[in-house]
Amino acid sequence: MPEPDIELERYELFEGPRYRFEVDRRDFLKSFSTGLLVLLVVPRDGVLSAQQESGRGGGDRDRMPADVNAWLHIGEDGAVTAFTGKVELGQNIRTSLTQAIAEELKVPIAAVTLVMADTGRTPYDQGTFGSRTTPTMNLQLRKVAAAAREVLASRAAAQWNIARDAVTVKDGRVQGSGAAQSIGFGELVKNAPLVATVSEKTVLESPKDWAVAGTAVPKINGRDIVTGRHRYTSDMTPEGLLYGRIVRPPSYGATLARVDASAAEAMPGVVVVHDGNFLGVAAPTATAAGQAALAIKAEWTAGSGASARTLFTDLKRPADGNAGSPIIAGSVDEALTRGPLKVDAEYTVAYIAHAPLEPRAAVAEWQDGRVTVWTGTQRPFGVQQELVDAFHVAPDKARVIVPDTGSAYGGKHTGDAAIEAARLARAAGKPVKLVWTREEEFAWAYFRPAGVIEIHAAAQKDGVVTAWDYHNYNSGPAAIGTPYDVANQRIVFHPAQSPLRQGSYRGLAAVANHFARESHMDEVAHAAGIDPLAFRLKNLRDDRLVAVLKAATDKFGWKANATGIGLACGVEKGGYTACCVEVRVARGAVTLVRVTVAFECGAIVNPNGLNNQVEGAIIQGLGGALFEAIGFENGRLTNGHFAQYRLPRFSDVPPIDVILLDRRDLPPAGAGETPMVGLAPAIGNAIFSATGTRLRALPLVPHGLPASTNQ
Amino acid sequence: MKVSLRVNGATHEVDVTPTQTLLSVLRDQLGLTGTKYGCGEGQCGACTVLIDGLPVRSCQARASLVQDKSVSTIESLESNGRLHPLQEAFLKHEAMQCGYCTPGMIMAGVGLLASTADLTDEAIVKAMDRNVCRCGTYPRIVAAIKEAAHARA
Repeated sequence: MPEPDIELERYELFEGPRYRFEVDRRDFLKSFSTGLLVLLVVPRDGVLSAQQESGRGGGDRDRMPADVNAWLHIGEDGAVTAFTGKVELGQNIRTSLTQAIAEELKVPIAAVTLVMADTGRTPYDQGTFGSRTTPTMNLQLRKVAAAAREVLASRAAAQWNIARDAVTVKDGRVQGSGAAQSIGFGELVKNAPLVATVSEKTVLESPKDWAVAGTAVPKINGRDIVTGRHRYTSDMTPEGLLYGRIVRPPSYGATLARVDASAAEAMPGVVVVHDGNFLGVAAPTATAAGQAALAIKAEWTAGSGASARTLFTDLKRPADGNAGSPIIAGSVDEALTRGPLKVDAEYTVAYIAHAPLEPRAAVAEWQDGRVTVWTGTQRPFGVQQELVDAFHVAPDKARVIVPDTGSAYGGKHTGDAAIEAARLARAAGKPVKLVWTREEEFAWAYFRPAGVIEIHAAAQKDGVVTAWDYHNYNSGPAAIGTPYDVANQRIVFHPAQSPLRQGSYRGLAAVANHFARESHMDEVAHAAGIDPLAFRLKNLRDDRLVAVLKAATDKFGWKANATGIGLACGVEKGGYTACCVEVRVARGAVTLVRVTVAFECGAIVNPNGLNNQVEGAIIQGLGGALFEAIGFENGRLTNGHFAQYRLPRFSDVPPIDVILLDRRDLPPAGAGETPMVGLAPAIGNAIFSATGTRLRALPLVPHGLPASTNQ
Repeated sequence: MKVSLRVNGATHEVDVTPTQTLLSVLRDQLGLTGTKYGCGEGQCGACTVLIDGLPVRSCQARASLVQDKSVSTIESLESNGRLHPLQEAFLKHEAMQCGYCTPGMIMAGVGLLASTADLTDEAIVKAMDRNVCRCGTYPRIVAAIKEAAHARA
């Protein structure tokens, strides 16, 4: 039985890779015949491996052959190169992972080059999602760098004939006693290659002693970003490049009935590909590609006719799917009957779009039956497998490289653009770049799942919650369990047939589940006549959650009887957050006056990067909380443009006070997602506090407050 | 049709279609890929460049209509290895995450700094409100623009 937290959260149940890339990898390893190489021999039980991660995915571990991967190399010139399959998408892990290596290896940040997300060079990785990079990859690279440090120190000590403990490692050099005993890493490995492996005995620096990790190291390629020099996938222009364009169906579910491409085919340099339902062109310029696509006459069958009007009833129809195991404790039905306070409500969340500012893009090139694709994806090895499946090529014939990408937020798990570009490139015999238009990105990517959440709760008159009967339809099971101490629980995830393509999203179901749970806790608090903060503290036993709740409310200046304020708290993926919001309501409009958010995720690896992530999560979260919702009618989107789909802008942002709790005594956890989860319920609770109206749908106020609201 | 474009101080003769956008010419014909495509409808500002010093959405400007005007892109700001004060301020405040909106933000900010003497937070928010940062680094961008305004004063 797979653990539901990863598989269901992703909503896309890809299998792990069935093959490895022996030919490529051996060639690659040969290039490291000098210097120091840190290898990781993956044992069958996967204890030391990053593939532990994929082991969570239900049996992947069994399919993985024991293999050798190169994780770190130190050249005879002292240059340090590390390899990770993780992807940089703006979450700043290129910097935080480099810090981890620099810390353990005792080299300056600038000495480290981190090669990321290249299936031909980096070790296998399941993907960059689920806030897993910091708890797993950061630890992995620390171990790898520490192993390298130890063999270097030992070799120097042996050369000087002194004890290992008598040498220190600093600034890329090993020092013995006196000025004569000092040698650079490069010199140490000159003409005598070394191989290190990570073992159980590899000792890491304690976070309490961190000197480079734990500090605000500036973003590593920041200068390339501010000068426009960084090349995203969509900026690449290899020699002989053609530009691709796909002809899309007019509505979801429509299939190609008839195609007349003769006019397009007559255009100079244009290649038309019609293969099943795939219809696209490649042309010498982007303009010509657009003209050729327009010149194709395509007839399509009628589509699905999906409509948002019936969405929330549709989602409650029983459907097959992986429900995971319900959480059951005590006897919820009895406790609900006992009461005496009983509160029932239903909450809904809309589909929303990731809208990464860089749309999906890919550059594909075939050479001698091998395809290389540069593309912005969170799952390079997953996309490699998609290429293998789509083109029936051997695994060593497909390589995926991910340039640092213009964000994803969970929206780039799939390889759609990669497959499309590769199909066009194969037909054209030249490299093809495909950059999805904004309209394509809205319509043909996938959405954060919509959902319905039904809650029945009971409490004693003193505010102790006694029953929690919780049903989530389609949103997903991430953070579905309650962190409150409730004796009788029944918590169930009900999969549904989603009318729209749906998938992962930053925080995913944790946003929906926290919205429902924390709104409902507020409802129960009011039913019991208890201040929402005191009510939560009464029902909480989790010290870390209590700590962030107290930190946020203290800084915010929470007052039991004030109006227009709301709070929420939660825990997910090892991160603890509490959020307080003050709103002003006037003439049907809700204005956020201020937001205070406290966050704790163990030891902080980069405080400025973390602050940026927390602030960004709150600001992105404003959209889904207040106004973002995908509209659809008759199988088509009704607002799939930036002109119609409202995104948070400068003027939407209130003053945000971020409090970070640094727990150097705890291992670091991820932070890209969880800071978002308290915002929507805190806003909803503040609106209730201001108006007495309980809003139970996300987004809360897409068209302002309902007319009946007391303002 | 042939048009003559003055971009970052250099003159280029380019072959364009009558409706072709300046963005498309910059990226696909002149190789100036620092200017980004975000939406193609003038809503996100990722494609912002300066035309005669004023911020313009290059996805909405027809290349054929900007002849004889002076176009500046993000690539023009660094000179002799020295960054523009606003680029420095973006680095100092780490006013970016994925960085895709950054060139457009910086060009809009450079235009704003040149046109307005007294930059309050409100004035910055109002002027920048058509530029989208989906990662949500807005407060840092405001801080960076203020910093550059002070450096200028």
